[in-house]
Amino acid sequence: MANFETMTINMGPQHPSTHGVLRLVLELDGEIVRKATPHIGYLHRGIEKLSEHRTYHQILPLTDRLDYLAPMHNNLGYVLAVEKLLGITDQIPERAQVVRVLLAELTRLKSHLVWLACHALDIGAMTVFIYCFREREHIMNIYEKISGARMTSNYFRVGGLSADLPAGLEKEIRDFVNTMPGHIATYEGLLTGNKIWQKRIMGVGEISAEDAIDLGVTGPCLRASGVDWDLRRDQPYSGYEDYDFNVIVDDGCDTWARYQCRLKEMHEACKIIHQALDKLKPGPILADVPKVVLPSKQDTVNSIEGLIHHFKIISEGFKPDAGEVYVGVENPKGEVGFYLVSDGSPRPYRMKIRPASFINLQALPKMVEGSMIADVVAVIGTLDIVLGEIDR
Amino acid sequence: MSVQAADKLKDKFGDTVLDTIEFRGETTVVVKKEDIVAVCAFLKEELGFNFLTDLCGVDYMGQDPRFMVVYHLYNIGTHTRLRIKAPVEESDTRIDTVSGVWTTANWMERETWDLMGITFNNHPDPRRILMPDDWEGHPLRKDYPVQGPDREPYQDRLE
Repeated sequence: MANFETMTINMGPQHPSTHGVLRLVLELDGEIVRKATPHIGYLHRGIEKLSEHRTYHQILPLTDRLDYLAPMHNNLGYVLAVEKLLGITDQIPERAQVVRVLLAELTRLKSHLVWLACHALDIGAMTVFIYCFREREHIMNIYEKISGARMTSNYFRVGGLSADLPAGLEKEIRDFVNTMPGHIATYEGLLTGNKIWQKRIMGVGEISAEDAIDLGVTGPCLRASGVDWDLRRDQPYSGYEDYDFNVIVDDGCDTWARYQCRLKEMHEACKIIHQALDKLKPGPILADVPKVVLPSKQDTVNSIEGLIHHFKIISEGFKPDAGEVYVGVENPKGEVGFYLVSDGSPRPYRMKIRPASFINLQALPKMVEGSMIADVVAVIGTLDIVLGEIDR
Repeated sequence: MSVQAADKLKDKFGDTVLDTIEFRGETTVVVKKEDIVAVCAFLKEELGFNFLTDLCGVDYMGQDPRFMVVYHLYNIGTHTRLRIKAPVEESDTRIDTVSGVWTTANWMERETWDLMGITFNNHPDPRRILMPDDWEGHPLRKDYPVQGPDREPYQDRLE
């Protein structure tokens, strides 16, 4: 018999505030959400399957296409996992490590800008969107100068970086980052004191620390529930232990807390970028592991060893020892991890990606059930999901 | 710390622990699938591995047992990781769900069923998650081709 008590509606997969092809089936009692069921998979491209058929170097461009708002972080997690598998983690040159941190934090800024822009737009604050995208455009231009691409950067390499930073870019990055605190103050000026903004997000989408841990939530969403955990500090990678930054924790547990948390994280990211720029010294950008790292163009055309290594690495790839590793990095959205199983061949036997957005999305029903339908939009925004990463 | 956890597991469960592997500083403990829920509950309650980072399946086609279900655990207090693996035979691709221990396992196990074809007993919501509901086969199995003449989009289009 039909149920006349509640009404079931579809939200998505083509809905402007579902941030991609997310479909939610909502069971409504008036305007109260009784049950929310996410349906995902519309963007499934089989990246894990594809990577079983590619060499370790060839997989790197696929990782850009996971969380396409923070491609450098995916690159970083992947190359760190392969380096651990090869046992060359401590051979990465200092300059490459610093550039990795520098760009990872720049990417954090970029990702958080999109989060704030879309989150505010969903709730009806349109102006912030324009300002955030203006700043994001700067970062995209920097991306373009570094890697040639505005979004799918594919810049890091197993063993270091694909190319050195272009001349003069350090100053450009520093100038840009110097302007960021002022910009963040602008966003806060538009939102923080705004009564509508406060009413829309205060006390909305609450999740306790216990529930968040139980549901596997990571990143700013977890820290805004009062859990003091950041992989950059607690399992440092790429030299993060040498940087001075605060892990932002807030025990508000609601959308407001997550908003505050991410804004403060943007300030911390600026701090780390300044420190990285101070640390940046000229030096090699690739580890000296000839059987793994692609030789420079110079070496390839001028020396027979370089030519042979280039040919072997391109045509066959390199063969790590049989074994398995897991490396997790602190992506802007949460913990992104790469689990690599090697059988000693030039291709991974199995690659499993631990997607932050996928697992954070699982907390959505818990956060919206019992609240108003309009709050669903606020909660999707605050979870900061990317469907490319959810569906892989 | 992870090594100590492995020793404690061995003390507590004895024969259930099949193997302990160290590789690149990571500890892996292989346990029998029959006791997986008890092992996970013990790790969570007694040893503080309160966070399930990831859960997936690996297909070792041609070996016996064919599948491994892999659990990545994290201890938020001491910041240590531990990997648990449970072998699953091809003739009986079933293992108990750990979604009662960590709720987050719910979607991870759905994904493992969807892509690897491992059934989780007593799972609260045993549906496919990434592939369409009427999909046939489990794409991450090694005998599932990445593409080919028998598959979309080439089906009936190649002579």
